[in-house]
Amino acid sequence: MEEFTVQQKTMPEFIVQEEPAKEKNRKLAIICSKGSLDMAYPGLVLANAARMMGIDADLFFTFWGIDIISKSKVDHLQVTPVGNPAMHMPQMVSVLPGISMMATSMMSKELGKLDMPPVHEFLTMIHDAGAGIYACRMAAEMMHIQKEDLVEEVDEIIGAMEFLEKAEGAQLLFI
Amino acid sequence: MTATAELTVKFDKEGFMTDPNEWTPAIAEVLAREDKIDPLTERHWQVIRFVRDEFQKSGESPTLRTINKKSGVQTKELYELFPQGPAKKVARIAGLGKPKGCI
Repeated sequence: MEEFTVQQKTMPEFIVQEEPAKEKNRKLAIICSKGSLDMAYPGLVLANAARMMGIDADLFFTFWGIDIISKSKVDHLQVTPVGNPAMHMPQMVSVLPGISMMATSMMSKELGKLDMPPVHEFLTMIHDAGAGIYACRMAAEMMHIQKEDLVEEVDEIIGAMEFLEKAEGAQLLFI
Repeated sequence: MTATAELTVKFDKEGFMTDPNEWTPAIAEVLAREDKIDPLTERHWQVIRFVRDEFQKSGESPTLRTINKKSGVQTKELYELFPQGPAKKVARIAGLGKPKGCI
């Protein structure tokens, strides 16, 4: 019969020093999935307001939200009354030519009166205020969009899991 | 030789002054120190002066967007000068009420 000897090695003791718990700052993680003018502002306003109060904020643009951060579309977002039950506009009126343009123009004017910046300027403000601005990798690939097609305020194109890592401990909003 | 003055100033329950006319630069220094902004540099004062001027002109505190565009101090620097919430901090240190706007 073979004899087996088992050598028992003693592992050096590792003393783990816990870092003093850092005060966790409140954080907001906002997913922007729509690309119309009226749906672009809620996420931007909230992210900016958070930063103004010292709350961390990350914005994640996916699906039509990519339009908000695309160089070609950022300052040409439209208000789209067709099929938009939230707008309380009779559908038969909303399909008429020029209605979307008129609705967009009206909304832009009203936003201007409230000192709301146009979308690209708003993104710059939010970026300068220290919020994270991310594009969804899947949506970007689906639309054949590269980083160069996105406004320079976009930090990175990341996937859903990476975003969820960043959103740990954050209050999550889906727009 | 130093002299000290005692001032009684009214604050609301969130720490904002209720009467902007009671404000003095010395009060700003004290409030800034409470917010861990010490010392107040010339850049801080540029923002504070601008905000108070705008308030005197229009009766309302300027938005951060306006501060960015017209005060000479831009967004990035503003957040460095008044970290953790420039909107509230600037208003408080400048002796103005809590900002209510969304921008």
